[in-house]
Amino acid sequence: MINKIKFTLLLLLCIVGAAQAQSVTDGVFMPKNSFCGGFTYTHDQWRNYWEGTFKRENLNLGNVSTQNVAIMAVYGVTNRLNVVLGAPYVFTHASAGTLSGLKGLQDLNLALKFKALDIQALGGQLVASAVGGFTTPLTNYTPDFLPLSIGLQSRTLYGRGLVYFQHASGLTLTLQGAYIRRNNIQLDRIAYFTTQQVNSREVAIPDMANYSARAGYYTYRFAAEAFYEHNESLGGFDIRRNDMPFPANNMDATRVGLLMHYRIKALADLQLVGMAARVVAGRNMGQSSTFTFGIMKALDFNKTEKKEK
Amino acid sequence: MKRITTPSILLAAFILILTACSKDFDQATENWGPLKPTRTDANAGGWKTIILGSGSEIAVPAPSATTSPEYQAELQATKQALSAVTDEQKKAIAYWSAGGVLRWNEIMRELVAKYNLPTVVGADGVTYPIPDSNNPFSYPQFPFSNPPYASRSYAYVTAAQYDALVAAANYRKNYNRPAPYVVDATIKPLVPTTDQGTYPSEDAVLAAATLDIMKALFPTEIPYLEGKAAEHKNYRLWAGATVASDIAAGEALGKAVAAKFLARFKTDGMKNAVGNQVKWDSLAKRVSDQGETPWISLEHPVRPPMLPIFGKVKPWLFPASQLPNIRPPAPFKTGSAEIKAQLAEVKKEASSNDRKKLAIVHYWADGAGTYTPPGHWNYLAAEKFYQAQFSEVRTARGFALLNMAMMDAAISCWETKYTYFYPRPSQLDPSIKTLTGVPNFPAYTSGHSTFSGAAAAVLGYLFPESKNDFDNMAKEASLSRLYGGIHYRMDCDAGLKCGSIIGGFAVDRAKGDGGE
Repeated sequence: MINKIKFTLLLLLCIVGAAQAQSVTDGVFMPKNSFCGGFTYTHDQWRNYWEGTFKRENLNLGNVSTQNVAIMAVYGVTNRLNVVLGAPYVFTHASAGTLSGLKGLQDLNLALKFKALDIQALGGQLVASAVGGFTTPLTNYTPDFLPLSIGLQSRTLYGRGLVYFQHASGLTLTLQGAYIRRNNIQLDRIAYFTTQQVNSREVAIPDMANYSARAGYYTYRFAAEAFYEHNESLGGFDIRRNDMPFPANNMDATRVGLLMHYRIKALADLQLVGMAARVVAGRNMGQSSTFTFGIMKALDFNKTEKKEK
Repeated sequence: MKRITTPSILLAAFILILTACSKDFDQATENWGPLKPTRTDANAGGWKTIILGSGSEIAVPAPSATTSPEYQAELQATKQALSAVTDEQKKAIAYWSAGGVLRWNEIMRELVAKYNLPTVVGADGVTYPIPDSNNPFSYPQFPFSNPPYASRSYAYVTAAQYDALVAAANYRKNYNRPAPYVVDATIKPLVPTTDQGTYPSEDAVLAAATLDIMKALFPTEIPYLEGKAAEHKNYRLWAGATVASDIAAGEALGKAVAAKFLARFKTDGMKNAVGNQVKWDSLAKRVSDQGETPWISLEHPVRPPMLPIFGKVKPWLFPASQLPNIRPPAPFKTGSAEIKAQLAEVKKEASSNDRKKLAIVHYWADGAGTYTPPGHWNYLAAEKFYQAQFSEVRTARGFALLNMAMMDAAISCWETKYTYFYPRPSQLDPSIKTLTGVPNFPAYTSGHSTFSGAAAAVLGYLFPESKNDFDNMAKEASLSRLYGGIHYRMDCDAGLKCGSIIGGFAVDRAKGDGGE
């Protein structure tokens, strides 16, 4: 029976384009004592990248892909306070040239999500929430092998504000903004060049701002939303002509994409999520195309019946 | 309501934490205090020079007496400058008083790192444009300060600095003009005092000799270099420790020394080191005619090899005719069982996923965009010289010995590389993926190993108590190239050994130069 379910799941995964469970960037909350967990698979690939603002390809890298398998979990401490946890295992690969891809467990993400406001307004439900979280590297992977490093090794703290509106018709709008404080990192080498020589292992990683807007249709069973997202480095420098990228680069990216989820009734509301996105503008970043598939399962420890919206 | 406010306060505190802490940090040499040499080396004027016949070869006119009106006027100007010293000048004083040779070494490393980037392929998608010293501002900018270029840069600058400081020491002792604060006890200088003569100014000699050679090496940086040199030659005047005629005499001497070195610089064979298509093709043909697999560039599109004729550049420490005797024996044949075993070892190391080894690979990588392996050894030497509080001239001696050895190591290593034209591991086995960039030149022997063998021999001689440490560092630097998947063990072993022999030539020189 279990095998049959697994097979069905795999099949469904292949058929259904679903959406990433972006629990820290959406307005949806888990009720008290309920839990939602699962895993996602993400594939991100670029061929062209921006060296500063100059767009180019690099035949010594070819297509650079980053894949990850992530676990994630959300738990409702109360109806208005959720804990979110996630951690990815990352693999990188370059299709051309000699550089080796790297792999490893990347960063733990732990966040608290608080519902500050939940009112009926404008013919629907208006939710304002705040998220505070941090990320911390789980392993001593190197940040100094971009674009094939699996992460930047920076511990981060972030604060995020969200406004989520769901009209009675099911139409939704989410506006979200975040400030990400990124700590300095240490390299294996004792000096590096930015716009000048720095004689230290330490690197100042610029903070980031992130904002996004998403709109679409949401029901408990099915949701589809389009999003626009921008990441902005608040500092950093440009990759020099024909140099390799560096963790302290001024990395900006604007992405557009689609998010979906679907809960399968026959499988006890097992949730399939999916996302597809494309970078449309950037700086010191790859112009990547990304897709994510995931499976999430909600468990209600109150044993109360989940009502469909 | 309570449930809202508590988290809101927490959130506000959280956001404050997010933005409050500073990301500033101190760099390794930023807070170095003023140099107080443990040995004054007042007799350095008699040390054996490199290109000059002796410390007295270039004449320096006698200074005016401290009782003369000219001197007294200069003394007043120095007092005036000291009393009007600005915060910016104080910063310059703090910076340069740690040691002029050390600071120029840092500046040089910075410029090497700034210009150490390979060019992008041209519009035809096939040809790589070659940096042109006659047209340095247009892309590709001149220079491309790759390891051989860098080794030569460090060598010329530090060798000229050494000769310049020996000449300065000669006249400082002979003329023995007292410092302003000795002449006028009311002057309280902002730098440590010395009882040595101040004419000609050691700083001005050093700044001028360095500037003229650095201008030839980095022609697009002339305004920056001139700014640094102006600050360097004047800082002791601002600090109340020298007068204008000390500086003028020093500047003239420094320029004259630089001219001697530049004459060698222009005729040492570097201008032919790039070669041309015919030469590049002949290198491969010579090897394939012997039934061996020649090196090919692993870059896309295929890039001409880096400075294949650098092996013909004139060495410092031995005659060029010695090169075939120094050259390591032929590597294993490309089809041999031995090389299969070496390839297997490279593959095993590069795919080992060993984080400690990766740290070693990246610590020593010093690839594109960095100050190169010779720059790394200069950095390590600089810290050692400063810790030992070497005098300026002794610091220059140390750097000159180190960098002449490393340039000669580059010459010998490049001569070896282009004699055997041996493929990189990833060429013979494309399944080998590397943990650092594959340099665009043949494998045998390893440049890192040759540089490091030479550097460790010199530094181990200068600091016998640290000889083991330097030898271990050189071994680690050497093996880092195997761990990174870009060199066979034979490249590392042969390079290290050859470098050590070349470093020995510098040690031989040092034993007889009077500075021991």
